Amino acid sequence: MIVSFCKNDYKSLIPMNIGILHNLSTALEMTNQLNTIMSTKSLHKRESDLANANRQLELLSNGIFANGELPTFKDKISETNQFPLTPNKLEILQINLGYMCNQVCEHCHVDAGPDRKEIMTRETMMQCLEVIKKTEAHTLDLTGGAPEMNPEFRWFVEEASKAGIKDFIVRSNLTIIRANKKYYDLPEFFKKHNVHVVSSMPHWTRGKTDKQRGEGVFDKSIKALQELNAVGYGIPNSDLRLDLVYNPSGAFLPGDQASMEKEFKKALKEDFDIQFHNLFAITNLPISRFLDYLIASDNYEDYMYSLVEAYNPDAVSSVMCTNTISVSWDGWLYDCDFNQMLELKVASKVKHISDYNEELLQNRKIIISQHCYGCTAGAGSSCQGTVA
Amino acid sequence: MAKTYYDPADLRKFGKITEWNEELGSKFFDYYGKVFEEGALTAREKSLIALAVAHTEQCPYCIDAYTKDGLQRGITKEEMIEALHVGAAIKSGATLVHGVQMMNRVNKLEM
Repeated sequence: MIVSFCKNDYKSLIPMNIGILHNLSTALEMTNQLNTIMSTKSLHKRESDLANANRQLELLSNGIFANGELPTFKDKISETNQFPLTPNKLEILQINLGYMCNQVCEHCHVDAGPDRKEIMTRETMMQCLEVIKKTEAHTLDLTGGAPEMNPEFRWFVEEASKAGIKDFIVRSNLTIIRANKKYYDLPEFFKKHNVHVVSSMPHWTRGKTDKQRGEGVFDKSIKALQELNAVGYGIPNSDLRLDLVYNPSGAFLPGDQASMEKEFKKALKEDFDIQFHNLFAITNLPISRFLDYLIASDNYEDYMYSLVEAYNPDAVSSVMCTNTISVSWDGWLYDCDFNQMLELKVASKVKHISDYNEELLQNRKIIISQHCYGCTAGAGSSCQGTVA
Repeated sequence: MAKTYYDPADLRKFGKITEWNEELGSKFFDYYGKVFEEGALTAREKSLIALAVAHTEQCPYCIDAYTKDGLQRGITKEEMIEALHVGAAIKSGATLVHGVQMMNRVNKLEM
């Protein structure tokens, strides 16, 4: 849906171009070029204004939030005395192994892609391992980019799995398993280390999936899911956990998580004999490439209205940043993966994994801005799906 | 500001209808909410019916609302357009079936 929205948007620019160019074919060519640029390069590579975190934060505080049309997130949570937002017990350590990815999804909040070279070194991984050994967190959550593309990925998983963490998640985009021969054995590798696989799947139909994530992504993802099923992942009552992540392919909020799960299960089972455990419905946050899309398609204000209208104070108390620490590829610490992308380091004396001190960190105040509305809309949203 | 009878921003103000008559407005929204709850029909089926009716009623607000609602529910474009054709078929059928009245009239009046 995203590409088609974008297409529509650029098409709406065409009459203007025609006025200048008097040439429809040139205008259409420009449309195609714009779409190509949109779908194959990161904002960083495109040297887009929005690759700059400060610019994104500025945008999120201007306009409808500056003129009081909509309340800021701070004002909103203050209504229920939930400001300042502070952590509860730490449960999840989320480590980003790098922004490199084999896909360039239109909505990616990481702005990940093949042209991103930021990946975690073994040195930083060793610092992470020290923390994993002594943390109170029961869940370790590896993400990216495509974490598997980090050349030290397997070594890190082997070492981390020895630390006896209860739930060891790898966020795999599925297509990576089919991207290159060297990844074909990933299902077996995951199984060997009892990794909990969490994978993105925007829709149970090819059209919607490929529009959001790129041509051919659907077929590859289906094949990867079948391979995961074949080694025992996602089968009812299997200890090998396979969960799917659904996030909307456009400027709208996710529907009810339980209903979506039912639809996904029915369609994937009937059409492809695929099984999985749970579906996490995740709201797209208005940052990075999704923010770029919202602005380019003239959906930004409506989307922010939808988020604010769907604000749910009950979701605030269990929002992801209250139980998670996010670690970037270069070892900096953040309240969540989104704050990481906005370069908002934790408001604590301890800012880097090399100085990690859980007690000190737990006394921090969580940094918020208007993007936080994305995690408190409706039933709430986190990397584990709904929260309220 | 453009002078137009329909403004997309007005959809967000729909709830304000209650301000001029709290009792009737509230009763309407209670009824409306109840209608769309999961029942013998699923909320998803109701959303598709609403989308089709939104078009036959030619209500721009309703079209915006139920297109978005459908997307949120994972309803596909193929399902949406089929629902619309049901509405369109009934609309055109309703026009055409009156042709029988015309035919009756012609048969009665003509020698």
